[in-house]
Amino acid sequence: MNPIPLVAVAGNPNAGKSALFNALTGARQKVGNYPGVTVERHVGKASLPDGSPIELVDLPGAYGLDPTSPDEEVTRDVLLGKQKGERLPNALLIVVDASNLDNHLRFTLQLIDLGLPTVVALNMVDLASRDGLELDAAKLEEELGVPVVETVAVRKRGLGDIMDRLHALLRQPRQIRAGEGPTNDLLLLQRRARQIAMGAIVSETPVRRITHRLDGVLLHPIAGPMILAAILFLMFQAVFSWSALPADALEAATISLGRAIGAAMPDNWLRSMIVDGLFAGVGAVIVFLPQILILFLFILVLESTGYMVRAAFIMDRLMSHAGLSGRAFIPLLSSFACAVPGIMATRTIDDPKDRLTTILVAPLMTCSARLPVYTLIIAAFIPAVTVGPGIGLQGLVLFGLYVAGIAGALLASLVLRRTVVKGGGGHFMMELPKYQLPRLADVAIGLWQRAAIFLKRAGTIILATTIVLWALASFPQAGPGEKQSDASIAGKIADGIHAVVAPIGFNKDISLALLPAMAAREVAVAAIGTVYSLDAENEQGLVTLEQRLAGRWSLATALAFLAWFVFAPQCISTIAVTRRETNGWKWPMFMVSYLFVLAYFAAGATYWTAVAFGLG
Amino acid sequence: MTGPIIPLDQLQLGTRARIAAIDWAVLGETESSRLRHFGFDEGVAVEPLHLGPFGRDPLAVRVGRMTVAIRRSHARAIKVTTEAA
Repeated sequence: MNPIPLVAVAGNPNAGKSALFNALTGARQKVGNYPGVTVERHVGKASLPDGSPIELVDLPGAYGLDPTSPDEEVTRDVLLGKQKGERLPNALLIVVDASNLDNHLRFTLQLIDLGLPTVVALNMVDLASRDGLELDAAKLEEELGVPVVETVAVRKRGLGDIMDRLHALLRQPRQIRAGEGPTNDLLLLQRRARQIAMGAIVSETPVRRITHRLDGVLLHPIAGPMILAAILFLMFQAVFSWSALPADALEAATISLGRAIGAAMPDNWLRSMIVDGLFAGVGAVIVFLPQILILFLFILVLESTGYMVRAAFIMDRLMSHAGLSGRAFIPLLSSFACAVPGIMATRTIDDPKDRLTTILVAPLMTCSARLPVYTLIIAAFIPAVTVGPGIGLQGLVLFGLYVAGIAGALLASLVLRRTVVKGGGGHFMMELPKYQLPRLADVAIGLWQRAAIFLKRAGTIILATTIVLWALASFPQAGPGEKQSDASIAGKIADGIHAVVAPIGFNKDISLALLPAMAAREVAVAAIGTVYSLDAENEQGLVTLEQRLAGRWSLATALAFLAWFVFAPQCISTIAVTRRETNGWKWPMFMVSYLFVLAYFAAGATYWTAVAFGLG
Repeated sequence: MTGPIIPLDQLQLGTRARIAAIDWAVLGETESSRLRHFGFDEGVAVEPLHLGPFGRDPLAVRVGRMTVAIRRSHARAIKVTTEAA
């Protein structure tokens, strides 16, 4: 039996390719990786009009078949049938932006010359007519020699048409079209593209474009940076305040479920494992799902509206002072969600030195996995008062922690660029796409994929480390008058770590949490949850972790712990992705060591200062 | 018909011009190929639209039908002539 026909979806960046891919495949898609490279592979299924299935692969956006980045390399290799882990596509769906034909047709011409059965989606025709541009699809079809379908991916317009055309092409016996063979003379192609585009334009009414007017405000020399700061501030306030309700509900549900199960079981090791290990540990992490989703929501919306590139534009000059380019802004902002996709996003930076520096400082951006730690400590130690209209002190402290991470990253980059990563750099070239309303379905798909990843982590790495930790913290049993956290194996290990971190104000509980936090940051919370749960004198007691903490740590220790986590050496996933992206152990090892030194002294300085102010 | 030839970074914001020449030699290989990807070519219409808020760098330039951001140092290599329209 033949495999399902494969249709490659290709086109320029900002052609609305992914939106069309999402519209055609809906939720029936999978995200993976191409073997050997860290380029994401998005595949999905769709049905032809006769009900037979086809597979679509969403190729990374590219400007041409002469790659300037690993992403574009994958696109070229798939289309030439040279990519490992992908069969040669049976047909090609080229997506072009109707209002940018001059530019997009150049790549289209190159693609058509490949000789695969091809359909062109003339996408976002609604935005083109908003810009006063009327196009003749039939004329374009005639010029290009392949079917052209008008589409509006967001409104699902033209989707049936695409499937009909693909169906017709795939039903025909495979025939090689007479092409002139791919030409790589960019200027020649560009001129031909411009000619065809001219011919396809029926009329053009000059209008003041919405994008231009919006940019007048959002890229204004004074208003622009202020709006950017306001958006970032709102983002962090939202992460804290909007999540309160769902997070409380989740917490209450976990506690009552844990209690119910605890009450229904005899008092033995299994009950202890489930109540103290599972519920106190994994439960403590699940509670943070709402916050992580809100953060991703902001990032996805900023990306899909086209604002993210404007932010890069605004920040480029400042970042160039730190030896980075504006291009690093997007990977670094993504690192607020998680350093792993952030480091992967550095692939769009074409300068190797710029890219390496960005990778090395990306972990300093406060990732969402650190949020649970911050939230817990802030909730336990910082009073929930307001310091101004709509500004809570807790949110302000959180904002401050993020700022500390950013400042640390800029400083680190400055030093790195003058020492270990010298030379190169100095360019910033990006397309500023048209503004668009965020596409609800696309944002929803993105959020769902992130939530699934988080829950999978909670169910695997975090669950496993929590149970191992529970075992280490439970045995051997404490004798009379002895605390469980002192008597256990974990307690003995913590004693060793404690010797190193005692000078910076860390107590034994923290020492115990540091090691498993390497598996995943959130586990620090889970670990503290498990230890305190085992120590609890009141066996019924599933009181909130904050209440337990507030009684046991000094403010100086809590602040030092926060400072530690701003810089702390990274989780295993980050180290692994750094190794993959830098092709070796040299840079991940360097990263871990420099971050350890930074974290140690930041926590120390915080602790010593706080003690000096009498907060110890 | 045409005004004097000046580098793109000297052009007033909101002034339409045509590219007279591009000094590919001073641009690196990646920069050159990116600029070509964006459609920079002799005879193409350009218009500087916005400046970065810090140090008036980078520039947002309309080229053909799209808007791209480039740094001042690269804009300098692109020579333009204003149209007397």
